[in-house]
Amino acid sequence: MRGYAGKYLEVDLSTGKMEEVTFDESILRRYIGGRGLATRILWDRLGDRWETIDPLGPENILLVLTGPLTGFFPGARICISGKSPLTNGIVGSTLAGELPVELKCAGYDGIIITGRATKPAYLFITDSKAEIKDASHLWGKDAKETLKILTKEGRETLEKKFPGYGEWKEPAVIYIGPAGENKARVAAVCGKWTHAAGYGGYGAVMGSKNLKAIAAKGTGPLPEVNDLEGVRRLIGEVSKMSYRSDMWRRWGTGYAGYDVGARRSSEPVRNWQEEWHDERGFGVDRFEERVWVKRYWGDFGCPTTCLKIAMPKTGPFKGAITDNPDYEIQAYAGTNLGIFTPEENVYLAALIDDLGLCGIQTGNVLGFAGELYQRGILTKEDLDGIELRWGDTGAFAALIRKIAAREGIGDILAEGTHRAALKINEVKSVDVLRYAVVEKGMAIGAHGVRSGEDYVQNISYACSVQAGDHTSAAMLPIFESDSELTIMLHDSGVYCLFNTMEAEALDLIWDFFEAVTGWKIGPEEWYETTARRILHIQRAALLLGGPDLKWDPRVHDDNPPRFYEPLPSGPYAGKTVNKAEVERAKKEYYESVGWDENGMPKLEELKRLGLDGVARKLKELLF
Amino acid sequence: MSIVKPFWIARDYMKCSGCRRCEIACSLFHEGRIWPEASRIRVFMLVPGAEVSHFCSQCEDHPCIESCPVDALSVSKETEAILVDKEKCTACGLCIDACPGRVPHMHPTENYALICDLCEGEPECVKVCSEGGWNALRLVKKDELLCYRLYAKRPEEVTRGLVIGLYGEKGKELI
Repeated sequence: MRGYAGKYLEVDLSTGKMEEVTFDESILRRYIGGRGLATRILWDRLGDRWETIDPLGPENILLVLTGPLTGFFPGARICISGKSPLTNGIVGSTLAGELPVELKCAGYDGIIITGRATKPAYLFITDSKAEIKDASHLWGKDAKETLKILTKEGRETLEKKFPGYGEWKEPAVIYIGPAGENKARVAAVCGKWTHAAGYGGYGAVMGSKNLKAIAAKGTGPLPEVNDLEGVRRLIGEVSKMSYRSDMWRRWGTGYAGYDVGARRSSEPVRNWQEEWHDERGFGVDRFEERVWVKRYWGDFGCPTTCLKIAMPKTGPFKGAITDNPDYEIQAYAGTNLGIFTPEENVYLAALIDDLGLCGIQTGNVLGFAGELYQRGILTKEDLDGIELRWGDTGAFAALIRKIAAREGIGDILAEGTHRAALKINEVKSVDVLRYAVVEKGMAIGAHGVRSGEDYVQNISYACSVQAGDHTSAAMLPIFESDSELTIMLHDSGVYCLFNTMEAEALDLIWDFFEAVTGWKIGPEEWYETTARRILHIQRAALLLGGPDLKWDPRVHDDNPPRFYEPLPSGPYAGKTVNKAEVERAKKEYYESVGWDENGMPKLEELKRLGLDGVARKLKELLF
Repeated sequence: MSIVKPFWIARDYMKCSGCRRCEIACSLFHEGRIWPEASRIRVFMLVPGAEVSHFCSQCEDHPCIESCPVDALSVSKETEAILVDKEKCTACGLCIDACPGRVPHMHPTENYALICDLCEGEPECVKVCSEGGWNALRLVKKDELLCYRLYAKRPEEVTRGLVIGLYGEKGKELI
């Protein structure tokens, strides 16, 4: 097999047992890697009792998977998966960095982690070897401390093991912060200081396994490819396209903090009560002038470098370091909280990073709490003395710390917006779920559908198997470049979708797959079979759900209630989502992907794809 | 790359995006594989944002050559690069200790030290870095006035300086 290192590392943290696992070529061709392979592994091992598996219990499986194109296609990423403590389904959540390259160079395509360590542990992986190391000294440490210690310790270990090699490059690391340790469902799996796989809530899964970090250093080459000259040429072509486009390279998604609100009216403002603002002080020009200390920052092989490093150099927020922030965090740790200055935004984003939180999940629950305070439902007393006024950076910072520590009100909010709303419903006897801008337990990305001016459609969140994930939005037609079924290809090959955004680059992907793996996958095989299999397994897991929450597609395949309120301000004031149109689009979507009128994968469709086990299990759900 | 030989690869760490295409290009050229650890230029990231491209800076006095007990190292007449004779090299590591920047490192699977050889006059790393417009690596004409040995530094030493440049006072806490 080309493009694959050929084996996966399986670690049982309960017993300390480690072994190598392989998959037949027929499985890899059908599930590729990353998100696709995750669905297969999870279904094979947990499918028959999915609804009973506690995502934060030792029986959950944490997957850290590369794909065949990882390290070859410009912009390396790694996919984190497992049973999601947010949706109770399967989310393929990716983050950028060198870890996947180090893993492949160490001879592993990924790691399958089961069980739970008795005390804090981290995994240290070198060439075809792995050890479980004590992480007691890392427990409680924030992003910067964790990375600093692991960089030093990792290099010293390598030096000792292989004396005379020369200077050792630092191992690549993914880790959790205090939020993940405390099993906050809004915690992310993090990389560098600022990278995060946030969707899915896998920081909490890592924490539940007492696993602080994974560090890897491989000294081998990336795996053999089918056509080296082809790969070399394609790397050049895709890179050139990204260089030419310039837009993402120069501004990243940082342009959007102003643009999406001011021009498209689809940015969350004060918990989505509005989606429009005209705060020119929040323009990317201000970020550029005032806080960006490094303008082009990327990960292995990336020509786009959409990241920029930001740090205020003066004033009360001096020394807070984060990336851009990117659009999602400009919105969620900015406009959604009524905050409109780069410095305050950077400060909150850096705090979220340092504590290992997901910016989207956290910013969403902060906004939710802000609205409940505004409406007098949550009081100063409920909030442990915090007066949570819109725009009050100090107040939101205090709440962020409480969430990461699961302290006081933070313990409830750490459950994520949906679960927090259910709890507050109970205590206050008021329906607050209507203020929760979430999809199936997970906060949605910072792209509203009401104005109709953003890329997302009225069914994008409602029908996505990754719920609120804005990068994996359900789209019609289903073979569009930004449709869930296309994104699945990138998340299974595991590389950055940002380097596919030029139209020609998307065409080159099939060639890329062939040059690396030798497989002629092509659109027909992908959209008719492979993507469908992955989609149906994800859908089945999502609908089986449990143990705490379950989703009925007839009720829950819908937008958050807020999206049916008319936009109150801006050039699109009055616009809203039409329920009848959503119903129509939903039916069309279901039909396009092979689901019945209730959104269940059809029996004959599952049989056609050889998913008989999924069909049997779904019979238990009577929709 | 129409530059008069001998040239030097000037490095501007602040401009390095961390894309590591230099490692990809170098290892493809020398090894026919994408092989970051066998690359003659390696990007260290001891602190995020402070990516350090670590490779031979061609000291004027060649302490590595002096240190070699088997005469495996020589200076290219054409490019002034340090050339490693794979047959003679015993991977003893004395050149690493002799280098003020501990730049050479061992080939991960073969028995010899890796040192940048300037790709026989057309460095691949510089090509991809210029193509990206980063210009963190650039070919410049060698000039007797500059002390190239200053750039032979350990990654950690470079990083300690860079973090101050990037993050000011805060930088000291990060390494």
